[in-house]
Amino acid sequence: VKSELTTRQQVEKHLSARSWIKERHALAELWRDQPNAATAAYVLDRMRLLREQVSFKSIRIAILRSFTVEPLVPLLRAAASVNGIDLIVHVGDFNNYAQEMLNPSSALYRFSAEIVFLATQTRDLFPELWVRYTDLSHSDVEGVIARAHRDIEKWVLTFRSHSDAHLILHSFELPDFPSQGLFDQHDEMGQIAAIQKINQGLARIAEQHRGVYLLDYDSVIARNGRARWHDERKWLTMRMPIAADQLIHLADEWLRFIYPLAGKACKVLVTDLDNTLWGGVIGEDGIEGIQLGMEYPGAAFQALQRVMLDFYRRGVLLAVCSKNNLSDAMQVLEKHPGMLLKPEHFAAFRINWMDKSHNLQEIAKELNIGLDAFAFLDDNPVERERIRTELPEVNVIDLPKDPMLYAGALRKIPAFERLSLTDEDRERGRYYAEQRGRVELEQSAVSLEEFYHSLRQEMDISTVTHGTLARVAQLTQKTNQFNLTTRRYTEQQIAAKAASLDWKVYSLRVRDRFGDNGIVGVAITHDGGEVCEIDTFLMSCRVIGRTVETAFLYFLMNQARARDRKQIQGWFLPTKKNIDLVEEFYPQHGFEKIDGQNGASLWSMKLPNADKPLPAWICLAFTETLLTQ
Amino acid sequence: MNRAIAPRVRNILADLLSVSEATITAESSPESLASWDSLQHLNFVLSVEQEFGVEFKPEEIESITSVRCMIETLENKLTNPSK
Repeated sequence: VKSELTTRQQVEKHLSARSWIKERHALAELWRDQPNAATAAYVLDRMRLLREQVSFKSIRIAILRSFTVEPLVPLLRAAASVNGIDLIVHVGDFNNYAQEMLNPSSALYRFSAEIVFLATQTRDLFPELWVRYTDLSHSDVEGVIARAHRDIEKWVLTFRSHSDAHLILHSFELPDFPSQGLFDQHDEMGQIAAIQKINQGLARIAEQHRGVYLLDYDSVIARNGRARWHDERKWLTMRMPIAADQLIHLADEWLRFIYPLAGKACKVLVTDLDNTLWGGVIGEDGIEGIQLGMEYPGAAFQALQRVMLDFYRRGVLLAVCSKNNLSDAMQVLEKHPGMLLKPEHFAAFRINWMDKSHNLQEIAKELNIGLDAFAFLDDNPVERERIRTELPEVNVIDLPKDPMLYAGALRKIPAFERLSLTDEDRERGRYYAEQRGRVELEQSAVSLEEFYHSLRQEMDISTVTHGTLARVAQLTQKTNQFNLTTRRYTEQQIAAKAASLDWKVYSLRVRDRFGDNGIVGVAITHDGGEVCEIDTFLMSCRVIGRTVETAFLYFLMNQARARDRKQIQGWFLPTKKNIDLVEEFYPQHGFEKIDGQNGASLWSMKLPNADKPLPAWICLAFTETLLTQ
Repeated sequence: MNRAIAPRVRNILADLLSVSEATITAESSPESLASWDSLQHLNFVLSVEQEFGVEFKPEEIESITSVRCMIETLENKLTNPSK
């Protein structure tokens, strides 16, 4: 109780001092210490004042349910708010989930949610399986499974025809004690086997429909203790099956889905070395003395490296920021047999004696990624506090004191969750390693033209396909800097545009002598009368400045000309992030301003009679395919 | 009335209803406080259960109609855990 008073007093102190960033951190600390209903109400009340001062990402979520979720909502909103997400929540009527999905004029669709959770229980949807299992024959059970798949698929299809929102389906939990007792394990149509078959079908449905994901509800129960999860008395009296002290775990699980969907995912993980990637201090203990390997105590650090390697494979960039002598640290990274992470896994290094906030800013500049997409991992609470204070936009990870708990703490952080994994994500780390080679070539070339020629750039442009849809949507969601309009689209919205005759959605892949950059650009155009309007034009920062952007724009002009358009135009919608990079893009390419309001400007050009020639050093190929729905 | 538990109960309710602690008295009830609706009542019961490690029976929950009732029911529960 004493520490709670202290944190609360800090909250009030920062509030009266108008120290908004410190206020937010104090609230986050309070929430970490006491995540319960009373704290949630307090945090949300204080966050209301903060909302006008600190930027929040606002997300509309709808919860369709077969049980009482109301006490969970404030917990979820509080947990989201300390992570910078402001949730606007619609809770569907009790047990009304199917009607809400099937009726096109339901409250669900009027609410226009961005994320929808379908939280149902086995005993509500399949009471016969849950309580009357031993009354059923095998063919009855098969019937229940088939009906489950048919019903749920129908709901999903109908939902998709009325909404672009992301849909998260709860899978169905298993009974504590199956009706057939131990024998259930040996029955291929046993109670547990039947529920598992329903869940497998659910996974298939999620895979076949865009923007539909599966939440493994039984795993959430198991992780937190099946024996403690349920509260049978509350279920019977108020239809609340989950014990009050367990609700926070379901809120946290929902937040893991909301986090990446809200665009709050971290792209870069910056790590310390001593006592973080290995035990001990390399400068004092030497390469023989540090703790790192398969046995205790070095195993704790190897486990942490394993988590980071897993993150790297899902597209998180890794970087080192350590106060050390460069040669000491590199000796471990290159030679220590216990190291799972090698130099080639890191996109950037800052190993020196400089201030860490300075080093982090330098890494952000080198990688061309905003600090708000950075996470910082350091065993030293003093360094963490400094980064928190000096670079409040960085996601500073709190590590427990015991290194044995490091890996588990890192693995559950929602900022590293990804709901779809594209080929580009898997290869991202390598792209950045190749980038170091390009920088060296540029520095050695005599003229810029010579550098361009020596790069041997190839552009592969293609209309969007099922294979590239996820990446194209992801680029519209994540690209902030070289992006003329910053319009965010889901996969569902991209697919709808691609299926329309007036719209064209192009993806751009760039290769050069150093390797394949993958899909790094997207353009979306819309034909209306004689005018072709550029709705979206964006490119990943790792390929710009080498005339690819000019060639891509000329390509759009030539395409519009081929479709007999007379004019091409596009808006520049300024944001804090894009203004430096693309404000001059249209005027630099000969477009003229024809309209503007509130800083936004519309640029236009009459299409010439002949194709615009592309830069001589670029080789371009175009493939057009039709995307079927 | 147990002095130690009364302020803790009042603090919980003040947090849940986003009002100052001074607003909550022993006589406060859903009738006297507009924001004390049925959902907040549920949150109140769950929070007190969690804070004091007790579980109220459905009959007890029904009988809790004011802060004073809550404190008395809770005291009773804490002194006679078997009841």
